[in-house]
Amino acid sequence: MEDLGEIVGEFLLESHENLDQIDRDLVHLEQDPNSRDLISRIFRAIHTIKGTSGFLAFGRLEKLAHAGESLLSKLRDGVQPVTPSTITTLLATIDGVRSLLTAIEENGSEGDVDVESIIVQVNAQMSAEAAPAAAPAVKAPAPAKAAAPAAETPAPLDETPARRAPDPVEGQRRPLGEMLVEAGAAQPVDVGSALQQQIEGDERKLGTILLDEGKAQPAAVSEALQTQTQTPKRSIADSAIRVDVDLLDTLLNMVGELVLARNQLVRGVMDIGDPGLVRSAQRLGMITSELQEGIMKTRMQPIEHIWSKLPRVVRDLSNGLGKQVQLVMQGKETELDRSLLEAVKDPLTHLVRNAVDHGIEEPDRRVASGKSPEGTLTLRAYHEGGHVAVEVADDGAGLNVERIAQKAVENGLLRPEQIASMDRRDIMAMVFQPGFSTAAKVTNVSGRGVGMDVVKTNIENIGGAVSVDSTPGEGTVWRLTIPLTLAIIQALTVDCGDQRYVVPQVAVLELVFIDGNSTKIEYASGAPVYRLRGKLLPLVRLDRALGLNVGGDQGVYIMVLQADGRRFGLVVDRVLNTEEVVVKALNSRFKDIGLYAGATILGDGKVGLILDVSSLARRSHLTADAERSNLEASSRASGAGGTGERLLVTAVGERRVAIPLDTVTRLEEFPRDRIEHAGSREVVQYRGQILPLVRLSHLLGAYSEEPEGDTVSVVVYSEGGRSVALVVDRIVDIAENSTTARRDAEEDGLVGTAVIQQRVTELLDVRRAILAADPNFYNDMTDENLVEV
Amino acid sequence: MASRQFATFEVADQLFGVEVHTVQEVLSYNEYTPVPLAPPAVGGLFNLRGQVIAAVDLRVQLGLARKALQGPVMNVILRGDGEPVSLLVDRIGEVVDLDDDTFEPPPDTLSGPTRELVVGTFKLDGRLMLALDVNQAVDTYRATN
Repeated sequence: MEDLGEIVGEFLLESHENLDQIDRDLVHLEQDPNSRDLISRIFRAIHTIKGTSGFLAFGRLEKLAHAGESLLSKLRDGVQPVTPSTITTLLATIDGVRSLLTAIEENGSEGDVDVESIIVQVNAQMSAEAAPAAAPAVKAPAPAKAAAPAAETPAPLDETPARRAPDPVEGQRRPLGEMLVEAGAAQPVDVGSALQQQIEGDERKLGTILLDEGKAQPAAVSEALQTQTQTPKRSIADSAIRVDVDLLDTLLNMVGELVLARNQLVRGVMDIGDPGLVRSAQRLGMITSELQEGIMKTRMQPIEHIWSKLPRVVRDLSNGLGKQVQLVMQGKETELDRSLLEAVKDPLTHLVRNAVDHGIEEPDRRVASGKSPEGTLTLRAYHEGGHVAVEVADDGAGLNVERIAQKAVENGLLRPEQIASMDRRDIMAMVFQPGFSTAAKVTNVSGRGVGMDVVKTNIENIGGAVSVDSTPGEGTVWRLTIPLTLAIIQALTVDCGDQRYVVPQVAVLELVFIDGNSTKIEYASGAPVYRLRGKLLPLVRLDRALGLNVGGDQGVYIMVLQADGRRFGLVVDRVLNTEEVVVKALNSRFKDIGLYAGATILGDGKVGLILDVSSLARRSHLTADAERSNLEASSRASGAGGTGERLLVTAVGERRVAIPLDTVTRLEEFPRDRIEHAGSREVVQYRGQILPLVRLSHLLGAYSEEPEGDTVSVVVYSEGGRSVALVVDRIVDIAENSTTARRDAEEDGLVGTAVIQQRVTELLDVRRAILAADPNFYNDMTDENLVEV
Repeated sequence: MASRQFATFEVADQLFGVEVHTVQEVLSYNEYTPVPLAPPAVGGLFNLRGQVIAAVDLRVQLGLARKALQGPVMNVILRGDGEPVSLLVDRIGEVVDLDDDTFEPPPDTLSGPTRELVVGTFKLDGRLMLALDVNQAVDTYRATN
């Protein structure tokens, strides 16, 4: 019984492979209906499945395969032409076979998979007279004729030899006569008569008969013979064997050990210094490296493996949507680690479906915009800097950036005023946000707003990245960047404290050295930031994140990292170099910490921890928020004016007014025309709230010209769900409060005056300013706040 | 009479033992990589022929101060549940065959963290060996005070 189990297992494995090939061949055949080569190949594959299933007593499977085979034999014999509807029927048959195989795989029997309806469909495709012979199970039904009018037309290929060699069943070799006719080297009539001679007892070979009778050229015959012997090229069974992946993994680990043992040996040999030994050790070293490379390669598979299902997907989908799509594949031999291929499969399929559904337009719309009615979907895979890039490119209408921006605003992902200053590609990247869809209508394919975020998560889970670029009217390119293997990543090694850590390079955008003079770390309300080309980059100190002693701000490096769509800077002591590291699983007990993505063995043989960039990113937001609320609390407790506090310096008319940074929640720019009036107050709609504004120039009685520009700068202060905005002319700087030269204010609305950055700066009485904007601001607050006053 | 084999080792002058079949190997190792934010009982990580092994500081598990990881430290590497784990110990002892009749439950006077790690006492010639509960001993999330 066990033997049988093994045979069934092998049959399933082989059949699944064959089915994938048939799928591809059928889609091909549709484009090239006259290719006898393809038909024979499909025929042989189905025939094999039929034969084996008969032998293993899978009756229904055999019956279904037989029906498919009958239809194919009609196509092969040219009795019936290849039409899109025959292809559809054949594909349905293949699907039937596939679900039967799945049933067998799952519970050892054929289960209750419905084959009858498929067989009916197949018979309907065959011309009425042929049907009874070919279908033992079902009587040729009446709708058959209606469904397949084309099948009734006489076969166009009457020229084929009437008597061909007996059915080329197993099809190991194609008949020589057929090949000669195809190549135009012999006349069908001559081949026919030569075959007749053979049947009548002539023992000479077909080629010999033709040659002897001068009906064919010797060169053509020998060429055909040569091709004939090479034909079963497709089955690589002779040159390849199946290997258990676990075995490969074990080998890989053992090679890893070998490498380390070699390193120790080489070190020892160097100490001894014997030239003979050194040579042997070096040779051992080289062999080990090559062995390691070889084992790595065994785990690699061409991306074709996952692409092979896509022609079928594209065909079914585009037919269903009434679109014409041509699928072009480039670089299908590009290799990826097996486990990665599996992980990329679903995201890739999703992108392809999405491109057909939303990317490529309907034929009439394409024609209207001056394009060919047939859209092109290009899959491209190539190596790029230690990664594999996989692109899904369509020549459709392109992404509608305005629509995405609008949607992002509706969903509260962006504020309208942000959009003007945003890069087009950053706006497009919003489609990777959860629940984001701009599809006007929901189809069963896409448009439900699930998917792109899943694509992104899946790709990021394997250490990859995904991006999108689009040109209106010309198309969209989705781009996956995938590491070559899960086991080996490009990484930067960094020092923090006295330990070395590893950062995956895919997350690293750039490095900045902080010398403390021209480049420096600043603090916004306790949260470290860096001005990266004018924009504030939130910083995470690695030492702080790891709970180590916090070092200084000078002579350190900022690694600008991107993860989970967030950009942030990681402050480390030193950046050493980039290298390829082998990722080792980390003991499960450290999973809870969350900061480590794994471990690796560094060059010196020590273990190095690989940092999990996205969890650092998440953590950075938590800590920043936590620190801010701490600081807010403490500053309220101690009152304004503590030494060393951070001040936001603003310009109000000619005056400089400083606001304690701790009290600032956010800095915003509002378009001037969004300011509305409620009673005597100015307000602006902000995040679903009405935000009262107070102009510091009015409050302080400053003489202020209306500054130029379409926007106003405001300082937003929020507490307990209420917010007010203080309008200033301009944000000048963030500065440290020096305690020198300070005196109490005589003016209303100020708490004092101080010299900051060598200039006299007034310190704002924040409380008064807030009350001026919203007299009820503190009324809802708890008593503690009142006690403090 | 039933007997069992124990691998013995010393921590803070006390002799401990684990059944031999739970031990993968014993070796001394120099360099450990600390894991920030990990439970205090984690001494560090080291590289065992390409495999990353977590070393559990038995002293911390016993409620003592951390072991200083300078110079070579002995590791008793346990097969663990799928992934090997190492126990950092002071000194390796012999492998001993112990009859079951030399076994007694832990004395009632034994308390504190050690009590939770120990399944019983074996009376050897001249000294006592505490048999460790392997799962408890490597559980770094066990509450230690």
